[in-house]
Amino acid sequence: MGIPGRYVKEEELKRMAGVIEYKPTAKYAYSAGQALSVFLKGLREGKIVGRTCNSCRRIMVPPREFCEYCHSPAGEWVELPGTGRVETASVSYISARRAKLREPEVVAIIRLDAPGYRGDEPDFPGIFHRLCGVTEEEVKGGKVFGARVRPRWRPEGERRGSITDIECFERW
Amino acid sequence: MRANVHVKDRVAIVGAGLTLFARRLLETPQELAWEAASRALDSAGLTLRDIDCVVIGSAVDAFDGVHMKGEYLADGAGGFSKPVIRVAVGGGTGVMVPITAWWHAASGLCKTVLAVGEEKMSHAYPHPQGVFAYIWHPILERPLGPNLIWIFALEMAKYMHECRVSKEDIALVSVKNKRNALDNPHAQAPANITVEDVLKSETLVWPVQLLDISPVSDGAAALVLARESVARKITDTPVWVEGVGFALDSSFWYNRDLSYPRYVEQAARMAYKMAGIERPWKEIDVAEPHDPFDYKELHNLEGLMLARRCEAPKLLREGYFERSGELPVSPSGGLLGMGNPIAASGVMKTAELFWQLRYEAGARQVKKSLHKAVANSWGDLMQAGTVIVLSR
Repeated sequence: MGIPGRYVKEEELKRMAGVIEYKPTAKYAYSAGQALSVFLKGLREGKIVGRTCNSCRRIMVPPREFCEYCHSPAGEWVELPGTGRVETASVSYISARRAKLREPEVVAIIRLDAPGYRGDEPDFPGIFHRLCGVTEEEVKGGKVFGARVRPRWRPEGERRGSITDIECFERW
Repeated sequence: MRANVHVKDRVAIVGAGLTLFARRLLETPQELAWEAASRALDSAGLTLRDIDCVVIGSAVDAFDGVHMKGEYLADGAGGFSKPVIRVAVGGGTGVMVPITAWWHAASGLCKTVLAVGEEKMSHAYPHPQGVFAYIWHPILERPLGPNLIWIFALEMAKYMHECRVSKEDIALVSVKNKRNALDNPHAQAPANITVEDVLKSETLVWPVQLLDISPVSDGAAALVLARESVARKITDTPVWVEGVGFALDSSFWYNRDLSYPRYVEQAARMAYKMAGIERPWKEIDVAEPHDPFDYKELHNLEGLMLARRCEAPKLLREGYFERSGELPVSPSGGLLGMGNPIAASGVMKTAELFWQLRYEAGARQVKKSLHKAVANSWGDLMQAGTVIVLSR
């Protein structure tokens, strides 16, 4: 008995009967929810706000309405300085659809500075964003790990209450 | 079965079957599911009439653009007029399929279960990377235009930095697994390559290069499971499911240290406890950890407690994980060598252990005495761990 399954080349597939192309058109209007609405409003004002868990006292950025560890309601809001350190970074040469990028992009997880945190906890308030002013070599050589960074805000009039109100994080 | 679970019946795997894994197959998803399911039934000497329940795994609806993948696959998977369930935990789906089949039988609900994993990634056009966009948080992440490889690159970079691991060390996984796949007739990407080849391949998102990743794939894999009294009538060499474990971490993947997969450890501890395994690094004879990326094999080996934290690269370098080594790892060729049709891949890994434990793996057979084996799969936003422990 042979192994079931017949491999076909892309050109071969296109000549075959019954091949159709279809592109779904789905549109959404997402609500940000109770907690994220406040966070996004903060971004518009050039602030990063987090929220404390009433039970385990951790600070959550992005803020949530409840702490998923304790499953208890979140408590007071805290404004963070916005500064932090690069937890990890990578350099992308491809787009979301896997096309080649003309200029590579550096992306990172930022471990945010927050009261009560030493900086080596396994769980931390953090943001996923781009880094600017960092070269490919600095990422590849590991130099950027642990670097101190701060948000580069878009000009006030251009902020829309979006994660992109922060243009990127930059070293200082 | 020990301590942490009450089971009505011990459960064994009694049959397994695979299709070819390839970038673009002519067969529809239903046809692939049917082929794999038929192979598994044949290998057990059973027909669909002997099957009580059907478990289907398929990870991503958007690959097919059909939002009822369970029902869509059920006809091919043998689900007509039977109790059917579909499970999905992203990349963790593969091993979740035999886990789910196990509890269907262990609970006493079904005497026999047909378990089928299928994925056809190639018909997402022009590249399935486009539909991966729907895994992202729509407000916090999608506006940044991420591709899925970004986050794994961030995890790989963190692991390398924290454990002082070089790209060369990690590339050895790809070299080993693609070479192991040369002995697997179902494999998509078998090759004799060198570390140099990996390091020279196209950089997608540093540190991830083309040969660090398993290829886009189509394929299906199936298993037949049965409760002990039935299993003993079907075969003289049943392979027992000794333990299962699964755990999920938070979806906020940038709020935790990515250098170690703690949810894989949680799942592994659950499975080992059930299997009565106290020192997995001594007791496990062969392993099939999830290797969609080469670093993931090392990461998962550490999460499965088969190596200490940051120790897996050193053991790899010393040949410990070769097919002829102390602890053979991914003797099937893994996903790097076999291809990665997501939900099918974890079922394939479980099937490989089934064949290894029965000494039926042919040219791939590990040449030492085998008693206990472990497989895992891993997925979603670096948060899902699924683990199965088998014994002969």
